[in-house]
Amino acid sequence: MGITRRRFLTWVGAAAGSQVVVAGRSQAAGNRQFPGFAESFGVLHDVTRCIGCRRCEAACQQVNGLPEPERPFDDLSLLQQQRRTDAGTYTVVNRFEAAQGPVFVKTQCNHCLEPACASACFVKAFQKVPSGAVSYNVDVCVGCRYCMIACPFNIPTYEYDNPFSPSVQKCTLCQPRIEKGLLPGCVLACPKEALTFGQRGQLLQTARNRIAQHPGRYVHHIYGEHEMGGTSWLYISAAPFREIGMREDLGTMAAGQLTAGPLGAVPIVVGLWPVLLTGIWAIGKRKDKIAAGERRQAVAEAEKNARQAAEAKLAGLREQLGKEKEIAVKLAVKNALEEAARAAQAEALPGNGEPESKEEK
Amino acid sequence: MAQPTPVPGKRLLTPFNVVTGCILFVGLALTAMRFIGGLGAVTNLDDNNPWGVWIGFDLLCGVALAAGGYVTSAACYIFGLKRFHSAVRPAILTAFLGYALVVFALHYDVGRPWRLPYPIFVSQGTTSLLFEVGLCVFLYLTVLFIEYSPAALEWLGWRRARNIVVRLTLVLTIFGVVLSTLHQSSLGALFLIAPSKLHPLWYSGYLPIYFFVSSLFAGMSMVIFEGTLAHRYLHGQMDEAHLDESDGVVLAFGKAAAFVMAGYFFIKIIGVAVDDNWAHLATGWGAWFLVELLGFVALPAFAYTLGVRERNRSLIRWTAVWTVIGVMVNRLNVSLVAFNYHLPPAQRYFPSWMEIATSIFIVTLGIVAYRLITSRMPILYEHPDFRHEH
Repeated sequence: MGITRRRFLTWVGAAAGSQVVVAGRSQAAGNRQFPGFAESFGVLHDVTRCIGCRRCEAACQQVNGLPEPERPFDDLSLLQQQRRTDAGTYTVVNRFEAAQGPVFVKTQCNHCLEPACASACFVKAFQKVPSGAVSYNVDVCVGCRYCMIACPFNIPTYEYDNPFSPSVQKCTLCQPRIEKGLLPGCVLACPKEALTFGQRGQLLQTARNRIAQHPGRYVHHIYGEHEMGGTSWLYISAAPFREIGMREDLGTMAAGQLTAGPLGAVPIVVGLWPVLLTGIWAIGKRKDKIAAGERRQAVAEAEKNARQAAEAKLAGLREQLGKEKEIAVKLAVKNALEEAARAAQAEALPGNGEPESKEEK
Repeated sequence: MAQPTPVPGKRLLTPFNVVTGCILFVGLALTAMRFIGGLGAVTNLDDNNPWGVWIGFDLLCGVALAAGGYVTSAACYIFGLKRFHSAVRPAILTAFLGYALVVFALHYDVGRPWRLPYPIFVSQGTTSLLFEVGLCVFLYLTVLFIEYSPAALEWLGWRRARNIVVRLTLVLTIFGVVLSTLHQSSLGALFLIAPSKLHPLWYSGYLPIYFFVSSLFAGMSMVIFEGTLAHRYLHGQMDEAHLDESDGVVLAFGKAAAFVMAGYFFIKIIGVAVDDNWAHLATGWGAWFLVELLGFVALPAFAYTLGVRERNRSLIRWTAVWTVIGVMVNRLNVSLVAFNYHLPPAQRYFPSWMEIATSIFIVTLGIVAYRLITSRMPILYEHPDFRHEH
């Protein structure tokens, strides 16, 4: 296969380009910091002001066109039980017994600055929009529900009984209303100003001021300022947050940072594994080849040795044979000489043996 | 779904066929309920527990136990252990069927299954580990199909196509290992995003590594286990090479599994030490963690060692079953048992019988498909026309 220089450069360019695209989407995967959308809106929930009237719930249902609940919103006996959001309910108010007496806490999507659901979604159905909301795009949602696994606040809900077009449901921060310059339904309906809408930075300031002005009244913590990287909904409370159903062990790391490590390892595995594995394969091949060569060599050596040994043996035999021959000749000569000597003797004694010796000559 | 086609001259109403038929019938009924009534009609899933046995068992256990494919083909073709050659085809076929069923099972679990190609072709959520899982499983299923195809091509007698695919073996094997490393580990990494929900003893920054390493011995144990089953029930279809080599495969994979499990045991301990979770070991959760770690990792590793030293093949075979169960215990612990540990018992998830029956139905489909294919194609024997052509 011919690879031209141009084609190679195109590939490199494409790879580099895709890296940029990826980096742009997952801020947590690099060392670049995502400062958040500076002008984004949020809501400050002052838990000490909430009286549990559930008007926020009613307003939410109305502005979002959610189904009418089984029991009306002015039925406050529902506060006796702990509830969570579900597919037809974007927000709920729960009642907790704290040392100061009953505390009412409104729960809804906290609209994280770097949302776990958005980080987890494999079709980008969730997005943090500049105005502050975490939006949901039902048109690409596959319904895997990984967002629900990922959300540290247990917020997204699912339409389990809808067979053909089930979708994830959660508070929208009334994004369509915000973009028209209107207040979110719940904020508008709250009779006690327990909910304050505004730019997140200003809300933090407001919260700090309230805590500073009433040092004995509030716990010195703004819930949502740093939790899981920070949220657009902020809470201040008189009771410790863990006593009013809010987890204090979530940490300050945005969800994306938790998965950045393994995601970052992907290119390394893709790049290095083929090298490593081909290397292992090649070493094995080479070893086999060397072993085969050594085997051949050993066989050749053995053959050579055997031949040499055989030749040596043959030579020895030949030598021995030669020696034996020599001995035989010597013996024959010796015998002949002796015979001659005996004949000479016999000649010396006349009449005895002379003709015999002549015959022999 | 068809009944397993009976071999001519065999009875149709064998106990296997009757049981299989019942399971398939119930499965089809549940399938209809699921797709007409929605997830709520058959599952106990709720807003706090969005993932149940269809993810915990069908996906997580299914993928881990299908790891035999990449482990065996890597051992044979990359590490050059040619004596495992006869184990490769059954392992590849099992892996292919395993992954195909994982994808099939996902159709039940996701809300809009017809959109399953969306993450790859429509809207890529590249920050998600589930995206990595989806992409790898999609690619790996393709690789496994190609790796499996020589058996089908030999059966069809398409010699040229078969020879082309066989020449790709090494590249496909390397692809397979890369993709398996990535998605086996990212199945564990899926849970990294929920540190507040998974019990600290199971939550660890090493989760991806734990899942990858345990997939290695899960795969080896499954090869031993499947080999044992095939020996018992499909003995007649095996040729001499398969019968001769199978003992060697059992011993070698038992030995390798023991080594890997020992390593896994130590990195699990290191995980507890790194996060300083020692105090949790003294709790009820700790006891269950120790059951998993000692009872389903350390002990079977020891049993494997003993079996290899004594050359006790039946001990190794039983240990393989034990290890397979251990890997399932681990995956279910991470995804279901220790997940949402902080919720009050009333809000915890327990599967409905219909969810479990659907999972059994899907496993049964796999067994039926395995029998159908092995009874026709050269999986457990070498095709006479292609002998010694590797």
